Amino acid sequence: MSLNKFEKIFQDKQKKGKKAIMPFLPAGYPDKEKFWEYIREMDQLGADIIEIGVPFSDPVADGPVVEKASNIALKNGVNLKWIIDNLTEYRVFLDCEIVLMGYCNPFFKYGYEKLAKDMKNAGVSGIIIADLPLEESIKIKPIFDAHDISLIYLVGLNTSKERLEKYAKFASGFVYFVSVLGTTGARDKLPEELKEKLKLARDIFDLPISIGFGIKSPSQVKEIEEYIDGIVFGSSVIEHINKGKDIKDFFKAWI
Amino acid sequence: MKKAYFGEFGGQFVPELLMPPLIELEEAYEQIVPSEDFQREFNSILKDYVGRPTPLTFCKNLSSELGFNLWLKREDLAHSGAHKINNTIGQALLTKYMGKKRLVAETGAGQHGVATATAAALLGLECIVFMGAKDVERQAPNVKRMELLGAEVRPVYSSTQTLKDAINEALRYWISHQRDTHYCLGSVVGPHPFPALVRDFQSVIGKEAKEQFLEKTNRLPDHVIACVGGGSNAMGIFYEFLEHREVKLTGVEAAGEGTPNCYHSATLNKGTLGILHGTKTYLLQTEDGQILPSHSVAPGLDYPGVGPEHAYLKETKRAEYVCVTDEQALSAFKVLCKKEGIIPALESSHALSFALNLKGKVKENYHVIVNLSGRGDKDLDIVFKHLK
Ligand SMILES: Cc1ncc(COP(=O)(O)O)c(C=O)c1O
Repeated sequence: MSLNKFEKIFQDKQKKGKKAIMPFLPAGYPDKEKFWEYIREMDQLGADIIEIGVPFSDPVADGPVVEKASNIALKNGVNLKWIIDNLTEYRVFLDCEIVLMGYCNPFFKYGYEKLAKDMKNAGVSGIIIADLPLEESIKIKPIFDAHDISLIYLVGLNTSKERLEKYAKFASGFVYFVSVLGTTGARDKLPEELKEKLKLARDIFDLPISIGFGIKSPSQVKEIEEYIDGIVFGSSVIEHINKGKDIKDFFKAWI
Repeated sequence: MKKAYFGEFGGQFVPELLMPPLIELEEAYEQIVPSEDFQREFNSILKDYVGRPTPLTFCKNLSSELGFNLWLKREDLAHSGAHKINNTIGQALLTKYMGKKRLVAETGAGQHGVATATAAALLGLECIVFMGAKDVERQAPNVKRMELLGAEVRPVYSSTQTLKDAINEALRYWISHQRDTHYCLGSVVGPHPFPALVRDFQSVIGKEAKEQFLEKTNRLPDHVIACVGGGSNAMGIFYEFLEHREVKLTGVEAAGEGTPNCYHSATLNKGTLGILHGTKTYLLQTEDGQILPSHSVAPGLDYPGVGPEHAYLKETKRAEYVCVTDEQALSAFKVLCKKEGIIPALESSHALSFALNLKGKVKENYHVIVNLSGRGDKDLDIVFKHLK
């Protein structure tokens, strides 16, 4: 099989000695127009993969910053159809890869089959479902596989070696390593045990590994640099935007 | 049936970070709960502390008026005033056996929070209860009760500030404190193994009811009726009767005000299939899969989801699910107070209302058991407001 879109991105970055930059923003936040402006700006600033959050009323894996942003997005009238329709229109202007990230219920209601097809048409390459662990994903994964959409798994500090190995059998695209035992939200410090666990994940997975949850500044990832290929930031980008600051300033530190 | 599922309902739709504590709980459910030591200790607390078995009361006055035989399973007489305690004692004890030191729980009206705080106090566990900020305001006496019992009540300000948000927050807390904390979920909802675990702890209700009824009448009842919020008191009394197909089972949901487009909690009657709080079941939701607020005059029925096993019982037609409005429940509440000298919980009044409506539709030798899931002292403020 030829390199998948994600592998290619990560390989190119690796050659340059860099990490893939992967911002997350809930669709339609802070409002429907500004959202697309931010997406285009982040793309131009060099984001490699943009995760578009599909807002859900009950986001159990999220901390207060993302939850609040998602609620505002819902009030702005955003739904999955709006996201896909707009992507179909705007996708051609973006160089980065696009991933949808959300929770089972809105995807389930949309219908996985239709979703996979529409995602492909809209130029989306991957999907992350925060409340879909391996066991529940087995039936759904082939549907996305059939349309060349990578179902990207989340694993974490408490995922045992045995479970990591099970995940390795199914994983596609890249591995999303959750860097804290908690919800999304910027932290000052990452846990001590992260390094050891990333080393283990490196041994087990053939795929690139990105870390996310809790990341806000490059100094945090210095110590674990050699074990990761990409970095996701969500809450810290949202907080930056909330302060009315220029998104350029946020990216400067990373690019 | 597929593990963790009841037909197509149930499952474990949680973040990967919650899978290790769920797997740990599954093992405890399979190995510790059936063990002799655990069962002995559990049953002895139920007997000497909770006050089980609770009576099965024949309603003499009402029965002669109704023209059939009405019985009440008296969970209102269990310690702390509702069936909720059966589950919290079970889970608190299991927490000790698992070597954890703290319980986290959600509560809507405060009943499950009070029952969790009670069990935690008895068994020497720390206790944190998440409660929607709106509920903290609406149910102030229960907040005080929980605090008296040594629990810390944490208001939840996100989204609708009610029960569903309290569950979200409890799940989040559990993610980051799983090593020393057990999530004491309050009904037969949530990811596997909770629906089965909570049902098993509540199944004492049906076991006792069947035995008591057999002893008094030498036969099985014709009909068992219970209210359904998440569905724990209903599963608790239904479970023992499932194999007796001649016993009719009815779950009663809350229709709210019962007017078109009003908020309600009649999930099985009016909801659609979806995934919330780790389980696939019927939900009150929009076409886009966003969860809708629910409503009932009975705070304990106010939840936009329902236990997956009830969804299965509905689909297989082993049980039927009906709904009753706020007003009908309030009127049944008054009837029981006046005719039998029992002040029922507004939740239980929903089940009672359906039973009273059987008048004229069944024969004289028809025997109905209503699960009187709780006592109504907690609801007096609400009732007085509506009686005005
Ligand atoms: C007295 C009483 N009955 C019923 C319920 C509804 O819960 P479930 O459907 O799980 O029995 C509650 C919930 O708080 C309650 O307090």
